[in-house]
Amino acid sequence: MENKHKSLIDYLLILGDNSLILGHRLSELCGHGPSLETDIALTNISLDLFGQVRSYFQYAAELTGGEATEDTIAMKRVDREYRHTWLVEQSNKDFAYVIGRQFLFDAFHLPLLEQLVNSKDEMIAAIAAKSIKESRYHLRFSSSWMERLGDGTQESHQRMQNAVNDLYPFTYEFFEETATEKMMLEAGIGADLKSIETIYRQTIKDVFAKANLEIPDTPARKTDGKKGIHSEQLGFILAELQYMQRAYPNMSW
Amino acid sequence: MKGNPIWEVFIRSKNGLEHRHVGSLHAEDAKMAMENARDVYTRRQEGVSIWVVESKNITASNPSENGEMFDPAKDKAYRHPTFYDLPDELEHI
Repeated sequence: MENKHKSLIDYLLILGDNSLILGHRLSELCGHGPSLETDIALTNISLDLFGQVRSYFQYAAELTGGEATEDTIAMKRVDREYRHTWLVEQSNKDFAYVIGRQFLFDAFHLPLLEQLVNSKDEMIAAIAAKSIKESRYHLRFSSSWMERLGDGTQESHQRMQNAVNDLYPFTYEFFEETATEKMMLEAGIGADLKSIETIYRQTIKDVFAKANLEIPDTPARKTDGKKGIHSEQLGFILAELQYMQRAYPNMSW
Repeated sequence: MKGNPIWEVFIRSKNGLEHRHVGSLHAEDAKMAMENARDVYTRRQEGVSIWVVESKNITASNPSENGEMFDPAKDKAYRHPTFYDLPDELEHI
């Protein structure tokens, strides 16, 4: 049976999955941060993102009906059903990668939420309003680390430049509008990715300049994460994320 | 990078109360110290205002001088306001 909310649910997954997968990547650092301070800061960000995911998925579960819950949506999908972009599934290669990935996401996430607070869907508007302060802090945190590493020692500069060289080509995917995103924009529910991209490229320009980093001129990676096509990284992520539910189906605390 | 010095963190738990020392942390500069303090010491709504000060800027008393610094106050109990009889009508004391 076709759910009449199919497109809206799909949109909620596109919004929520970026935060779910990035939140998971950050959670891998819990207890491993380069210092106590950054360890706890990154874990805080992870928890903020998971909190946002819960809101999106509780809403999606309500629209899906039946047996669906926030947990089944988070834990029981197969890889092709996840709708996040490739950037957020990239691994924690070193601290510069963690910061680069975070910054390149935050610079997109904040203007996205700034638009979604005006969504005609009241629930999405409310989730965005709650998330926006968190995201504003995330961007402040990640851009100040971009500056410190980029404009720090020779080694930190080189590592930060290497990280953004590898990660930057994934940023174009945020702005490749899927059919669902187009439909949601036209319905007054979704965000306008074109106007976000203008803000995004300006933020990148400003922060890279302060951080003494060069914006890579490498071409866009052709990726289709929002359509469910992912890199091999996702298999490893899901193996860990879904372990409990796969090993002990329907387990509860 | 300047060697990641130690900073002392002071939090005001709510408006009207004083800032209190809550602990210390490492940070490269004041801005990072502020962000680290926010992340480490206010994640459970502990505060509404933060001060950070680099530890080297604090002049501390020397434990080896505790004798002359603090012992003379020991036998001067009359400095405590405990010997006054207060009238019952007096409130908020």
